[in-house]
Amino acid sequence: MTLSQYVIPIPVLRAHRDAILERWIAEQKREGIARPDLLSDADLGRECSEFMSALFAGLDSDSTDPRGPGWEQMRAGLRGITLSRGRVGFGPSETMRFVLTVKEPLFSSLDELEPAQHVQAILEINRLVDRLSLMTSEIYQQGREEIIQRQQQEMLELSTPVVKLWDGVLALPLIGTLDSERTQVVMETLLQAIVETGSTIAIIDITGVPTVDTKVAQHLIQTVSAARLMGADCLISGIRPQIAQTIIHLGITLPDVVTKATLADAFITALGRIGQQVVAKRTDQER
Amino acid sequence: MDRVPIIKIDKYLIATIPPDIKDSVAIALHEDLGAKIVASRARLVLVDISALQIVDSFIGRMIGDISGMARLLDAEVMVVGMQPAVAMTLVELGLTLTGVRTALNVEAALAMARLRDHI
Repeated sequence: MTLSQYVIPIPVLRAHRDAILERWIAEQKREGIARPDLLSDADLGRECSEFMSALFAGLDSDSTDPRGPGWEQMRAGLRGITLSRGRVGFGPSETMRFVLTVKEPLFSSLDELEPAQHVQAILEINRLVDRLSLMTSEIYQQGREEIIQRQQQEMLELSTPVVKLWDGVLALPLIGTLDSERTQVVMETLLQAIVETGSTIAIIDITGVPTVDTKVAQHLIQTVSAARLMGADCLISGIRPQIAQTIIHLGITLPDVVTKATLADAFITALGRIGQQVVAKRTDQER
Repeated sequence: MDRVPIIKIDKYLIATIPPDIKDSVAIALHEDLGAKIVASRARLVLVDISALQIVDSFIGRMIGDISGMARLLDAEVMVVGMQPAVAMTLVELGLTLTGVRTALNVEAALAMARLRDHI
């Protein structure tokens, strides 16, 4: 007889499986963490029963380390349960307590054991369930972090639209702080758009950029250089007076870069470069 | 040995760089181009690198060198059709090819050149 079979009486637990399951679900409802508004009774029953199967599969592997081999089913099951609960709106503590509430039903099935073995079994089960609940908490956090990362990526893409102003004229209105990663995306989307539309002029509008430091200026110069290498000219517009002052104070020069105060000025300049011009419509009297 | 074909249209030379250009081929192009500029008395050389997906510092420098050599022979080099990834790599390498003219594609380059030469 091996250690874990001796310490945790698996046959006893298995004999009480249905009772444990029933008490566990009742316990969750009593504690108010069943949340019938988010999860139906049938789904709750299915999750709990999955958990029990995985628990027995793990215990049968003769180990109480849920990170070890033999507990794959439990890890996968907990991951699925935790992530789906996170998605529908369960809080982190509710998800952890889902696991923790299984303790008492498990303990109560051990009443018929000898006192010494009883204490041993309770201690060991306690340790195991604690580990499982910590694992749940980690999975929950990971799930959250994945969501945050995905949203960051989406924001990155959303915040760099390249718009076509005219045949051969592109505009890139930048909003928000420019960091290296974002500038990389900006650069790639702009250059890609230049190739796709065959535009010869691109206007980078930085009206929405709150601050310009040496790094941002460096990134802008790089973008302009890369566009020029591909055969497109870049104009920078929307430099506010404060930012112009900062740029001068920092000693940054923007060599060979045409800058304009507003997007409108830059647009007129761009039109001039491609041989177009905006004229006022003549009224009938003038004719 | 492989060589890059150099074709002549009107008064212009066009060299199309293959996607996987070897260093030896680049050096040969250097020599051929010099000879061809003198022989054809061309004033403008279009170097079409639109097929080039990857560049290293050697190819980057080669473009700069060709441009410098052409200028000594009283011709101008226009780099045509650089891919975004290539442009970004060159900027990262610090090879911004100042003084070299660029164009989006051969069509745009020829239009620019004809406009300038009043053809």
